[in-house]
Amino acid sequence: MTKTILRTENVNKYFRKPVLFHVLKDINISINKGEFVSIMGKSGCGKSTLLYILSTMDTDYDGDLYINEKKVTGLSKNELAYLRSKEIGFIFQFHYLLSDFSVVENVMLPALKLGAKSKTDIRKDAIQKLEMLNIGHIANKKASKISGGEKQRAAIARCLINNPSIIMGDEPTGNLDSKNSQNVFRILRELSDEYGLSLLVVTHDHDFAGQTDRIIEMGDGHIIS
Amino acid sequence: MNIPLISKIAKNHLLSRIKQPIVAALGVMFGIGTFIVLVSFMTGLNALLDGLVLNRTPHIHIYNEIEASEIQPIERKLNPSEIANVYSVKPKRNLQRIANVDALQRELLADEKVRGISPQVSAQAFYMAGDVALNGIINGIDIQQEMELFSMGDYIVAGDPTQLNYLDNGIIIGKGVADKLLVDIGDRIQITTPNGGVFNLKIIGFYQSGLAEIDNIQSYVNIKRAQILLGEKSNYITDLNVKLHDMDDAPEMSRLIESYRDISAVTIQEANAQFETGTSIRNLITYAVSVTLLVVAGFGIYNILNMLIYEKMNDIAILKATGYTGADVQWIFIFQALLIGIVGGALGLLLGFGLSVLISQIPFETEALPTVKTYPVNFSPRYYVIGIVFALVSTFFAGYLPSRKARSIDPVEILRGQ
Ligand SMILES: Nc1ncnc2c1ncn2[C@@H]1O[C@H](COP(=O)(O)OP(=O)(O)OP(=O)(O)O)[C@@H](O)[C@H]1O
Ligand SMILES: [Mg+2]
Repeated sequence: MTKTILRTENVNKYFRKPVLFHVLKDINISINKGEFVSIMGKSGCGKSTLLYILSTMDTDYDGDLYINEKKVTGLSKNELAYLRSKEIGFIFQFHYLLSDFSVVENVMLPALKLGAKSKTDIRKDAIQKLEMLNIGHIANKKASKISGGEKQRAAIARCLINNPSIIMGDEPTGNLDSKNSQNVFRILRELSDEYGLSLLVVTHDHDFAGQTDRIIEMGDGHIIS
Repeated sequence: MNIPLISKIAKNHLLSRIKQPIVAALGVMFGIGTFIVLVSFMTGLNALLDGLVLNRTPHIHIYNEIEASEIQPIERKLNPSEIANVYSVKPKRNLQRIANVDALQRELLADEKVRGISPQVSAQAFYMAGDVALNGIINGIDIQQEMELFSMGDYIVAGDPTQLNYLDNGIIIGKGVADKLLVDIGDRIQITTPNGGVFNLKIIGFYQSGLAEIDNIQSYVNIKRAQILLGEKSNYITDLNVKLHDMDDAPEMSRLIESYRDISAVTIQEANAQFETGTSIRNLITYAVSVTLLVVAGFGIYNILNMLIYEKMNDIAILKATGYTGADVQWIFIFQALLIGIVGGALGLLLGFGLSVLISQIPFETEALPTVKTYPVNFSPRYYVIGIVFALVSTFFAGYLPSRKARSIDPVEILRGQ
């Protein structure tokens, strides 16, 4: 039997300002372990909003969210922070590295916070992840001094550092040229195939989506398919 | 909380915008530096001014108040029912003398709170120079005790006071008296006493307290000479100046003495109430100025942190998205404030110390303060501790409000905004 990594039960979300707006309507989805799932849908249909809820950053919703079959709805902010650092890796559309730190330090930061390993071990892990993504040579460069594609790969290395149960991405290739996009997609595909990682990625790119295991179609706050 | 991690992030943020933290730290530095200089100088001055009077003031001054006896001798012989009318009652001259002074001294010295006693014989006299007769007070003192207990030596501006030990006709005269009479050390001076005696004494030193009203009338001879001036015997003592180990014991002791002896015992607290007020007002000014400076420095830190938080919005969102708690983020900014406080505070202490050293070497000579050659500065480490604590507390509060804001930032809002 396959294990469920992520599951929602009747998630609804409203924006109250500027006017009451029912943005997510009865969302019921589940992601199995090892699955590579993409979310597609028109601009403004609520994909990002859903992803923020699934990643536990947004707690203002109705319904229930389960991660590893454990209910996380209603946990305290600190418990959620711990959960995020342990179970969830997040890749943003805009690479979002901390520009005052070196690349390898950026990768290390979530693990240093989790504090499960010694600093030297974390550093070794971080270098290893960077090498896996073919950017080991820029480990000690300042994060503000590398290219966009490199930044996004460094961000992927960072989201892998704590060996999370699931990786989520909000248009991780949306800001990259087609060559770099393909590169990033290939990496994600590999992570799924070779390391059995679970992934949930929002994208507008049909080619990209076509190569994932499953596509979730969204429209106007509903799951269409 | 992972302190090395938090402080590393805090440090990196500061270094990325190094100019502004430096400006903020300079603000703290000037605040603390000014505090140190002000407080060192003010307390130095306080100690000097207090010392001027307090060193010279006995903790308990025992003497006989001149007043007529409430019970006239005849009344002791009468029964309560009988009436005696005594008219024109006058005080008895001999009353100035402390009765049973040897026993009293022995009792006091036996008390372990008492550091020492300096007995005195106070006599009125006139200094004669040609036609001029200057009103004066001549005190017979034990110069050894006076120097030991009341730093008399500090106020002898010329001559060797210890000569008073053996020179029975030696006299140390007030500088003001000397200036008026145009006399010098080694000269002779004529003294007349109220009961008609004329004495020829040799000047062995000048005394200058810095208080003109004293220096213009006061002179010192040894006890034996003062008793001769008054035509009294060797047990004639008019004042006992008691010095205690702790001057706070004075009121209690004075009450005790007055309770079993019919004598006045005035404490230093009664005699110098106004000095405390002067000291506390000077302290108040010092702290008020320093607090103002630090508040200004605090606003600088507040501003800079607010700006930094605005600039580092993305970092905050990222950190929160990757598992950092609100408290972690808050501590990052409090650390930044404290870092500014520590660096600024430490530099402030150095600045304050440097300026204090400088001030303490500036010549400061005045008639009123014969022993002082440079500006008085108090180098007590206490104020340096207060200064650094002050710096940390004020920067903590300056950092606290912005850090609260950083704590409550919602990462989703930041990420969505992009
Ligand atoms: N803070 C907010 N307050 C009110 N309405 C909001 C807020 N954030 C988003 N919305 C609205 O909610 C809807 C869903 O937004 P969301 O960002 O989830 O869209 P999306 O599917 O990610 O779009 P895109 O593909 O363009 O990124 C949009 O109509 C948007 O205008
Ligand atoms: Mg979106």
